[in-house]
Order: sequence, then C-alpha cells, then structure tokens
Amino acid sequence: MARETPKLRRRERLAINMTPMIDVVFQLMIFFMLTLNIVAPEGDFDIRMPQTKSAGPPTDELQLPPIRVRLAADPAGRLLGIAMNGEPVADFAALQQRVVGIIEAAVESGGAAADVELELDCDEQLDYAYVVQAITAVSGRVEDGRVIEMIKKISFAPATADAE
Amino acid sequence: MAVKTGGPAVTEVDMTPMIDVTFQLITFFMFVLNFSEAEQDERIQLPASQLAKPADGVLETPITVQLTAEGGVLYAGEILPVGQIGRSLKQEWEIITAAGKDPTLATVIVRADGRARTGDVQQVIRICQEQGFERFALRALYKPE
Repeated sequence: MARETPKLRRRERLAINMTPMIDVVFQLMIFFMLTLNIVAPEGDFDIRMPQTKSAGPPTDELQLPPIRVRLAADPAGRLLGIAMNGEPVADFAALQQRVVGIIEAAVESGGAAADVELELDCDEQLDYAYVVQAITAVSGRVEDGRVIEMIKKISFAPATADAE
Repeated sequence: MAVKTGGPAVTEVDMTPMIDVTFQLITFFMFVLNFSEAEQDERIQLPASQLAKPADGVLETPITVQLTAEGGVLYAGEILPVGQIGRSLKQEWEIITAAGKDPTLATVIVRADGRARTGDVQQVIRICQEQGFERFALRALYKPE
C-alpha cells in the first residue's frame, strides 16, 4: 500500500468564519438606522427685551432714536403695507436699502452700526412669517456669500403703542 | 473499474461586495447621526430666513416655547392656550434659580409657526417678560438663497 506523501496531500484552505462579524455589522447598521434623526438647520434672531424697555426717547444724547418699522396687515393676516418712521416703503428690499442708508449716515456722523436700534410695530393679526422677513431685511444682508450684519438691537413695540 | 466521484460541491458566495456596501452604509449613518436633543415638532412650520444661521455654541439654559399656527403653545408635550404658560414659566424660573443659575441669563427660544399671529408671539414674549426673562431668540429655518 502506497503511503500518502505531503506532496500529494490536497491543499487545505484557511476559511475565516465571517458570520459573527456580519451579525455585528448588521446590528450596528440597524442601530444607526433607527437612531437616524434628520434635523433641519435652524437659527436664531436674538432679541433682548427687558420688561423696563420703553419706546421713549433715548436718555443718552449720543444715542440715536430707534427706527420705527410698522407692518400693517389685512384681517386675513397678509401684509398690507410697510412703513419706516411713518414713510411708506414698497417692500422688504426697499426697507433694507433704507436701513443701509441710515447705518451709513450713522457711521459717517461718528456713530456705530451697533448703536442703531429698531422697533417693530406690527398688527396683531399679521402672519409671523412677515415679521421674520422684516427682521431678516434689517438685521443683515448677504453680499458675495458673506453676511454683513446691520441692526442687532431689534425689539417689538409695546402693546400700548398707538396703531396708525 | 468504478470512477470515484468527488464529495458534495460547496457553493461559495462572494461576500466581499455585500460587506463593502454594509460598511459604506454604516459610515453614512454614523456621519448623519445627531444626538442633540433639539426640540422640534413637525406641527410647527418655521418661517425661513437666509440669515438664521445655526448658533456656534449651545445656549446656556434654553427654554423652548413653541407656538402653533392656531395660537396654542406646545409646552411639555401638551398644547396650552397662550395665556396659561405663565405658571409653567414661573416653574422654569424657580428650577433655574434652584440650580444656582441666574434666570435673567436664560434664553427663551420662541419657535413660532410662520402662520401664527404676531400678536400671539408678542403675548408669549410679554408673559416671559412678566416672569423676568429678558433674552429671547426667534427661531427660523435656515434657508440659503
């Protein structure tokens, strides 16, 4: 009987058992899928309004009087008109242009853009989205992909303010 | 002479592409994973703004008040009329004080629906002011042009 030599032995294959790894990988995938929470990016407009805040004239002589922006609404809550310091403004783009002019004038007269204050006087039934549009128009502008900040001190007019 | 046949044929499935794809998926889910507990509610459709960029850091002691289009306030999982949130805010004030923090430094995040009445938003702010809160953040959806 011929004895089997090593040369003739069939080549053995080294088989790695992949089953535990695949099990763990699938467990991980299921975990990540279940914890997936797609959050839409949100941002804030900061408003500092202590209760003692009043719409009266500034106590500091160097302080500029606040810009008063009025947003009028129809009974359905749609925007009816915009006015800045009593003068009608066509739209939010025009409002932004006017605010840019005021800030440039303030800077030329030795003030700073950060000193300019703005007070929003809105009709109660106005849709809140228009308020955010107005705040967007006055708080900054985007030029060449860069945000240029404008008015940071924004507040709501007291509820007792006279409506136009 | 009888021909000796081989053993049973073993069909080997190539697992490499499947494992590749699975690892890609895991990597994707790991990158989009968000553990932040942002209080978002699908009932609130925030107005969009290109300037509402997400804050760089985390607000200190944030209190979120969510206002629906119908004028209800979503607070602690239930909808309350705007006029009834004063008591809840007072509790928040006491909790912050008990934790040894300054409640006037707390920020009230107002997440109001774009269709909500501005008067309701102002009333929420007024009630917060009555409780002593001074800092407010009007939240909007960041939408670059």
